[in-house]
Amino acid sequence: MIARRSVLKGIGVGMGALALPSLARGQAAAHVVVVGGGFGGATAARYLRRGNPDLRVTLVEADERFVTCPFSNLYLGGLRDLDSITHGYDDLRAAGVEVVHARAEGVDAAARTVTLSDGSQLAWDRLVLSPGIDIRWGALAGYDEAAAALAPHAWKAGPQTQLLHDQLRAMEDGGTFVMVLPEGPFRCPPGPYERASMVAHYFTTEKPRSKILILDSQERFSKQPLFQQGWEALYPGMIEWVSQSDDGLVVEVDAAAREAVTGFGERHKADVLNVIPPQKAGAIAEAAGVTDETGWVPVRGDRFESALVPGIYVLGDATIANPMPKSGFSANTQGKVAAAAIIAELAGREPPTASFANTCYSLIGPGYGISVAGVYAADGGTVIEIEGSGGVSPLEVGPEFRRAEAEYGAGWYASICADIWGTRA
Amino acid sequence: MIRLAVPLALAAGLAPAQAQEIDPADLAVMAGPCANCHGPDGRSPGAIPSIAGLPEGEAAAKMLAFRADEDPKATIMPRLMKGYGEAEIRALARWFAEVGQ
Ligand SMILES: Cc1cc2nc3c(=O)[nH]c(=O)nc-3n(C[C@H](O)[C@H](O)[C@H](O)COP(=O)(O)OP(=O)(O)OC[C@H]3O[C@@H](n4cnc5c(N)ncnc54)[C@H](O)[C@@H]3O)c2cc1C
Ligand code: HEC
Repeated sequence: MIARRSVLKGIGVGMGALALPSLARGQAAAHVVVVGGGFGGATAARYLRRGNPDLRVTLVEADERFVTCPFSNLYLGGLRDLDSITHGYDDLRAAGVEVVHARAEGVDAAARTVTLSDGSQLAWDRLVLSPGIDIRWGALAGYDEAAAALAPHAWKAGPQTQLLHDQLRAMEDGGTFVMVLPEGPFRCPPGPYERASMVAHYFTTEKPRSKILILDSQERFSKQPLFQQGWEALYPGMIEWVSQSDDGLVVEVDAAAREAVTGFGERHKADVLNVIPPQKAGAIAEAAGVTDETGWVPVRGDRFESALVPGIYVLGDATIANPMPKSGFSANTQGKVAAAAIIAELAGREPPTASFANTCYSLIGPGYGISVAGVYAADGGTVIEIEGSGGVSPLEVGPEFRRAEAEYGAGWYASICADIWGTRA
Repeated sequence: MIRLAVPLALAAGLAPAQAQEIDPADLAVMAGPCANCHGPDGRSPGAIPSIAGLPEGEAAAKMLAFRADEDPKATIMPRLMKGYGEAEIRALARWFAEVGQ
């Protein structure tokens, strides 16, 4: 048995916790501040309260409503409305999480405080950051914030997704939709190809003479044989994919002219241009000093605590967690592991054994779904994939399998949104 | 107390008798990802079946069959269950059986 050290021993009890009236068993409750109410952060906040109702948990989230990237491609395809992928924070409040809508702007790791955009300060005993991605503006020549208003990325869901949706609706039949894909790690490896599929579905039903051109910085992509099989079956001749070595790498964009320029100097003219730009960890991670030279956050894989700054836990897209992909599912399971580790640590116990999983469902067309899955553990500080687990949907199966995966994909979305935001279908 | 490394358990193919020796805190974490598809505590709001309250024996038999590729209608569970050892699967089956009570 692991010796149970006395509660709160070795813990810097923050001012916030001390200022609070004692909540239970005569002990001042520890205070955990979570920044980011998306897939990782909202999960961690809920599971911290669930695992220890005596904990004081504050969730700092910039926006009052969260629009999920998952299923935003279905909105582009005309299969979902925005409301159905938008979630609020009332159920987290009901679970005892204090929700503050503000931006976290600075972290003082020594004083254990975080400064918010309204000028206030929160003291914490443990800090959790799940800020998602930020765009590396300018890393792709010609792509800055002004350019994104003309050639949307729609890689953070919300107004950008709506802009891309509206541009696609305004496009004439016979037009070309060009997608530019980034170099370096990006959120949701199968996401661009699901997007191409959903736009192809929309074109097939409304604008059948239109074309889709994917300019890729990669040689191969996630679930490639499955996607290509589906495209062949549902949208023959509509989607052209250009790999990096076939001159798919885009080195410059001209958003006003809606043009993408490749490494060999070819200019591709688009009617609608979607630029998925190079990415990095959300800015608050850098401000907190937890990023490394890559712009991403190294973590201890057995608990998702920063490898650089003890006491700060980082989840989701912001982290270097390969072989786990940057997905909402991954972020959620990392949030649960971190919540359990924080609860144990605050009680003076060793964190429980980490166990993670991921599944990314992609919809190629109505009733046509595919998936990729993995189960993960931690070996010391490193995340590892359990040998023999996971993998992609089989290639040689009938339509019932694809239909079942389309339905289960929708089931997954309903379940994970209930698990995180408490959304009832 | 046994702190099972998942890969170890898989390699060793532990006997069912050891299921109850998985630490409850470890088990709670292991059951975490299941909620993403089967709903909070295994109560599903959507197309994926609920597993809360499923009798332990039945759940374990189904999960072991998934892992052995013996259920031709299954889609995702065979790939997921290959990430868990038999002792872990039996412990998970008990976990969700008890959640339902
Ligand atoms: C098109 C597309 C499709 C996708 N489909 C899937 C899918 O099917 N399945 C899947 O699992 N994943 C999918 N993903 C990936 C998924 O969206 C991300 O992996 C997931 O959102 C990561 O969670 P996170 O907690 O790291 O960040 P997010 O979910 O992005 O949450 C970050 C939150 O932090 C807030 N925030 C950031 N900085 C601050 C600050 N300083 N102060 C206050 N708040 C702040 C933001 O407002 C945001 O709400 C998809 C992504 C895209 C782009
Ligand atoms: C990615 C989604 C997903 C995850 C994660 C997942 N399941 Fe499943 N589960 C399914 C689906 C879908 C089925 C139906 C069988 C199939 O298609 O594979 C199922 C079936 C089952 C069944 C049989 C239910 C019945 O009544 O027939 C059990 C038991 C089960 N899962 C347990 C678990 C446990 C325990 C976990 C966590 C370790 C888990 N599942 C994780 C999607 C998931």
